[in-house]
Amino acid sequence: MNHFRADLHIHTVLSPCGDLEMSPMNIIKTAVEQKLDIIGITDHNSTLHGPLIRRLGKENNIYVLTGAEVTTREEVHCLTFFENDKMLGIFQEYLDFHLPNIRNKPSVFGYQVVVDENDNIMKEIKPLLITGINQSIEDVENKVHELGGIFIPAHVNKQLNSILANLGFLPPGLKADGYEVTGDVADFLSKHREFSGATILKNSDAHQLNFIGKNHNIFEIEQPDFDEIKMALHHINNRRLTLI
Amino acid sequence: MKVSDLVEKLELEVYSGENGLSNLVTGGYTSDLLSDVMGHASENQVWITLQTHKNVMAVASLKDLAAVILVKGFKPDADMEAESNTHNIPVLGTKQEAFEISGKLYGIIGKF
Repeated sequence: MNHFRADLHIHTVLSPCGDLEMSPMNIIKTAVEQKLDIIGITDHNSTLHGPLIRRLGKENNIYVLTGAEVTTREEVHCLTFFENDKMLGIFQEYLDFHLPNIRNKPSVFGYQVVVDENDNIMKEIKPLLITGINQSIEDVENKVHELGGIFIPAHVNKQLNSILANLGFLPPGLKADGYEVTGDVADFLSKHREFSGATILKNSDAHQLNFIGKNHNIFEIEQPDFDEIKMALHHINNRRLTLI
Repeated sequence: MKVSDLVEKLELEVYSGENGLSNLVTGGYTSDLLSDVMGHASENQVWITLQTHKNVMAVASLKDLAAVILVKGFKPDADMEAESNTHNIPVLGTKQEAFEISGKLYGIIGKF
């Protein structure tokens, strides 16, 4: 089995809070510098930078998981990933349908722009992307799995926008493919026994270039592809994921 | 004061948990973060929130709350309704916002 370094929670300039330097090209360059093999692109409630970064990643030998960091109706953040541009497109339609139409105020929240590989601005997204969509955490989980995707509740132990803060505890019956934890994982697991045995990830949640790769995981898999990553998350066929 | 008295005085909708309408009410707590309610709400309080997730009922049961009032016309999710019946904690509803209904509830029962 081979080892691959993975940071699965990275924002781009499309996220209002994402630094303007977080262009697709800069993210890939930084991922190469940081010796990452796998990155996850997770803008707030939008997948629009996914296809370009996937292509740039391919050219630079980086496997890119494309998806979004969804804000559910309960205002819980969840990482979602899809295998190909077709599934990603279907999920984008779902997000567009359920995102409330509240206009972004760039002076307060920051700009929400889609850029090309040369950092030219192609489009500005008008509705504010960080608000909760009109779907419950279970609705989102169901939709992601219906599309064959990966569903990982983000920073579950943060004081805000997390399962534990917003929903108090792990909702029974929720089928997550892993849980992202912030800070000391051993300490977290000692306080939250309900997560023992679950797959735990640590990512950077980078909004600026110098945060990319600050936290990462090691995938022990044959080669970086969607099925192998899924198997590792579920400890199937000796595939697994270890924390640094 | 009982939950049924509040239903009458505040003209609340009763969605579920009818068996708990005789629960004693001594105060209220307004919050949308379930962790906050778990940490700070007290027994026999009525919880005012916009959250319609089933976890609300588990927290309400844990803290022995009297009832839950959903604001702004929100309705409970089906599994929240089922849990409300299991725990005999009524889920009530109003079209008003949290600020208004909290003020009215405070006016009726004050702070204990």
